[in-house]
Formats: sequence, C-alpha cells, structure tokens
Amino acid sequence: MAEIVTKTDYMPKSRGKLRSFCAAFIHKKTAVASFFFFCLLIILALIGPSIVPYNPQTPDYNHVLQGPSWLHLAGTDEYGRDVFSRLIVGTRLSLGVGISSVLLGAVAGTILGLISGYFGKWVDKTIMRICDVFFAFPDILLAIGIIAILGPGLQNVVIAVAIFNIPSFARVVRGKTLEVKEMLFIEATRSIGATKSRIIFKHVFPETFSTIIVYLTMNLGTAILAAASLSFLGLGASPSSSDWGAMLSMSRDYMGTAFHLVFFPGLIIFLTVLSLNIMGDGLRDVLDPKSKD
Amino acid sequence: MAANNLLEVKNIKKYFPLSKGWFSAKGHVKAVDQVSFSIQRGETFSLVGESGCGKSTLGRLINGLIKSDDGEIIFKGKNLTGANEKAWRSYRKPMQMIFQDPYASLSPRMKIKDILDEPLKIHHPELSKETRKTMVQEILDVCGIDAYHLDKYAHEFSGGQRQRIGIARALILKPELIIADEPVSALDVSIQAQVLNLLKELQENYQLTYLFISHDLSVVEHISDKIAVMYLGNIVEISPAEDIFSRPKHPYTQALLSAVPIPNPKVKRERIMLKGEIPNAANPPKGCKFHSRCPHAMDICKTVEPQLKKVEGQMVACHLY
Repeated sequence: MAEIVTKTDYMPKSRGKLRSFCAAFIHKKTAVASFFFFCLLIILALIGPSIVPYNPQTPDYNHVLQGPSWLHLAGTDEYGRDVFSRLIVGTRLSLGVGISSVLLGAVAGTILGLISGYFGKWVDKTIMRICDVFFAFPDILLAIGIIAILGPGLQNVVIAVAIFNIPSFARVVRGKTLEVKEMLFIEATRSIGATKSRIIFKHVFPETFSTIIVYLTMNLGTAILAAASLSFLGLGASPSSSDWGAMLSMSRDYMGTAFHLVFFPGLIIFLTVLSLNIMGDGLRDVLDPKSKD
Repeated sequence: MAANNLLEVKNIKKYFPLSKGWFSAKGHVKAVDQVSFSIQRGETFSLVGESGCGKSTLGRLINGLIKSDDGEIIFKGKNLTGANEKAWRSYRKPMQMIFQDPYASLSPRMKIKDILDEPLKIHHPELSKETRKTMVQEILDVCGIDAYHLDKYAHEFSGGQRQRIGIARALILKPELIIADEPVSALDVSIQAQVLNLLKELQENYQLTYLFISHDLSVVEHISDKIAVMYLGNIVEISPAEDIFSRPKHPYTQALLSAVPIPNPKVKRERIMLKGEIPNAANPPKGCKFHSRCPHAMDICKTVEPQLKKVEGQMVACHLY
C-alpha cells in the first residue's frame, strides 16, 4: 500500500526484539566472551561460598604465604587462607557493591535527567549546574569526601559511588530526553490530554531505556573499580573480609615476598572491569549505534 | 450565527523569537499574525497556504500545544486564552488532533490497542478494562482496521492504515472539533481519497466539525464548506468553498488555484506564475505582505496593510476591492 517513506531510525525491533538483538550481538565476538565471563562472575557471586575448596576465613598456620600450587591454585595469604577461595567468595561482595551503587545512581540520575530534559528552562539549568559541580571533582576524591562525611563502611561506599554516578546518568538521559521530546508522537500524546508525568514515564523513558542499559554496563566497571579502590584505602569493606580491594590492601605489605597475593586480586579486578567495558561497547554498537562518539 | 460558532479565534498572534544570543541580531518570525476566524458546528473549515505560512502553527495554537502571544481562542463559548496546562488537558478532550506524518505520530513502542486505550485511560479512568477494550474495537472497526491488528505495533502498518489509527485515536474520545493538520499529505493519491472519504463519513455519523489544514487545494475542494487562504501568517481570504473555486478574489488565491491541475487535457487555462520566493517571515514586506509578488500591486499596497472586508459574500484582504 502506501509505503512512501520508510523511516527506520525510530522503528523498534519489536517483533522478536530479543531475537534480532541477539542476532546482532552474536557478531561481537569479544563482547560475547565478556558477557559469558560476566555471567560466570554472577554465578560465582550466587553460589560461590558453597563450592569453594577451602573455608575462606579459616587460618591455616602450617601453610602461610605459599605460592600457587595444585593444592592452592592462587596460593595462600599471611594467615594461610586459600586466596582462590577468598577471591570466589569475594565476588559477591565486590559485584554487589558495584551493582547496587550503579543501580542507585542510575535510578536517581535517570529521574533527574528526565525532569531536566523535559521541563527545560530554569529546572534544567539548575540541575545541570549542580551536576557540573560534581563533575568538577575527580571521581575517587569525591567519593572520599562523601565517606569523610558519612564515615567508612561498605554501605557508605555504595552511597558514595552512587552519588558520583548520578550526574553522568543525569546528563546522558537529559540529552536523550531532549531528542525524544521533540518527536511528533510526544506532541500527539500531549494533544490527547496526557499529563506531564505520564508523558515522561510512559513515553519518554522507554525511548531512553537502551541508552541507559548501555551506560549502566559501562559504568558498572568503573563502579567496581572505585569500590575496590575505596576498600583498598581502608574506607570500605573491613580488612578481614574477602572483598577484592580489601585483599589487595592487606597484601601490599607482602608484595616483594609473595607476589601472588597482589597479582590474583588485581587480575580479577582487571578482568572484571575490562569485560564490562567490552560488553558495554558491544551493547552500545547494537542498541544505540548513534551515540558512538 | 454567533451562537452556532463552535470555535472563534480573535486576533491571535504567535511570534517565535529568532535568536537568544547576546550579540546576535534579535527578531521574530511572525508565524501567525493577527488572525481571526470562526468555525460553525458541523462545518469543515479548511486552511490552505504554502508551507511556512503558519497554518500548522495556527492548528497547534488552537489545541494549546503552543501558547499564543496575544488574541483569544473561544471554544464552545468558553475563552481558553491564558488557561494553564492543567486546564488545557481537559479542554483538549472535545478538541482532538490528527497529524501530518502517520509514521512519526504513533509511539513506536506501543501496541495499537495501547495507543487507542491511552486517551480513554486519561479521560475516563472510571471505565472498566473490558468496556475500554470494546470501545477500542468499535472505533477501529469504524475506521476500517480489523480487530486482529490490535496486538501489532505501528510500524507494522502501511501509511494509510497508520493514519486510520491516528484518526481512531482522535475519535475515541467523541470529540466535537477535529484539527486535522495535513492528514493526507504524507499518503499517496489513492490512499488520500480513501482517508478523505473516511473523514467525510465520520463527519456525518458523529456530527464532527473539522479544521482541515492543507497545502493542497484539490484535496480541500471535496470536503470543505469554507476555505481560508493564508499567506505569511495572515488570512488573505475566507470564502465558501464553491466561491473560492469559481470566483477567487485575492490575487494570491487566484495564483494558487491556477496551480491546481485539472483532470482534462482539453481545458486550457492561463497559469499565473508568481514572481520570486516567499519572503522571509522574520522580515515580511511592509504594507500588504503579498505586494512583492502580486501581479496587481499598487502604490497603496506597499504602505497600508489591507484588512479583511466583505466583498460579495467573501472576506478578502486586498486593496483591489
């Protein structure tokens, strides 16, 4: 029939949305590998404590500071605890802190971004200027500042990392909102008498969703790194816990004598952050190709 | 006569600021400049003019999608000017819009049933889910879309079908006035006729009043009772439809009409070619805005802006009469 124009840019992949997404994502080989690595981490976070070969907290003074061997894959620490088991158990803590802080930041940032972008004018200016203030601080310094106010502890690490995630989410979502709000179907929805909150949450938000997902993945890596850094500085997880950052912190005294103590926690943090960034890149190419630089 | 007016627009004005920079030149695009007209219940009032003359802006002003700078909009005897957004939401219920681009005016992420359900949810939250569902099905049926399409997304339809869905969305609230902003310009000719016939049919069945915005006189000819011709933000002529086609008064209307193709190769007609481009709306000519392109321009046209006056039952803004 009257197929005069075929505009594809706002056509969603609705029928078999998931299938067409998978078909495109499967071609990003490294992103798929990263995805599986991340899945493995999630599984370890869920069932880790019940599959580890050694109790991560039980000291064994007969095997202190041993290098990697078949018995202890990643060696033992200064109390003779199995580093491999501790890393696996620590997954839950490190991922949990990262995910919860990014989610918290994403939710708050998205709401601010939607409001800022949709209402514009002084609301937009106020929110964006406040974001600029937060952007002016280096991330980790800002987090340290917040913890200085709230006091150390894992919960406060989550809050601090969430707070420095808010401005970046707000800005990204605002940009997308500005674009979406000019679309004709938003005006059409206004013309039937829809309220602002309905337009924002039922019509604008779904359009920004793919951008948020991509950004979420990208920021997760940074958040895990930040949480580990804070724990390393002794501001987060208690030094005796099996958090990756805390483990690095404890073992830095032994760097010269027992290299494996620093190497393995560092390696797993590195791999986690790298895989999340690669996965984020892949997701962006598929879901939100326009935002690529 | 005035009692029968569904909509009355008085001296409405909308200027868009050109730039907000500190150092750049300031100015306004006079999109709609002192426009007045009234629409009676049950009639089809068409607004024609070339692109950029402000006809779509006028439609959006009446629906409150943009706020006017000056003037009054009186709908069903009630002055809507200066109402806040909340009040506008309820005014919009009896005054729905159909948009030009059926590809962009439907949400790409909603199923047809949800798109049509939304106006009901907003204005009739008291209705049960089942009632709303039957209403959606009925209205789709009226607009010629089969009920088995309910679970589809907008992009799965052709342009003509989408426009029918757009019409169904406007119709589901049982409005009195429908502002149709170029509802058929994005469709090809055979589909245009179908959609126009549907609109005509609906008008008879539901006693609708149309404000029909178009740039195409041949489209407007078949459905209009009255036609207003716009040029650069002003209405230059308002006449009953048959008069506009048989004896156009304003030189601009005459030029527009001479551009409408006649489906008979033997009929010869003198084509009035307009000189030059449409002037910049930010800096329109003084006096009559059309004088720079008018074949009959006189000295007075360059200084005095003509007002609409009655000439043989037609309203014309021209110094010739």
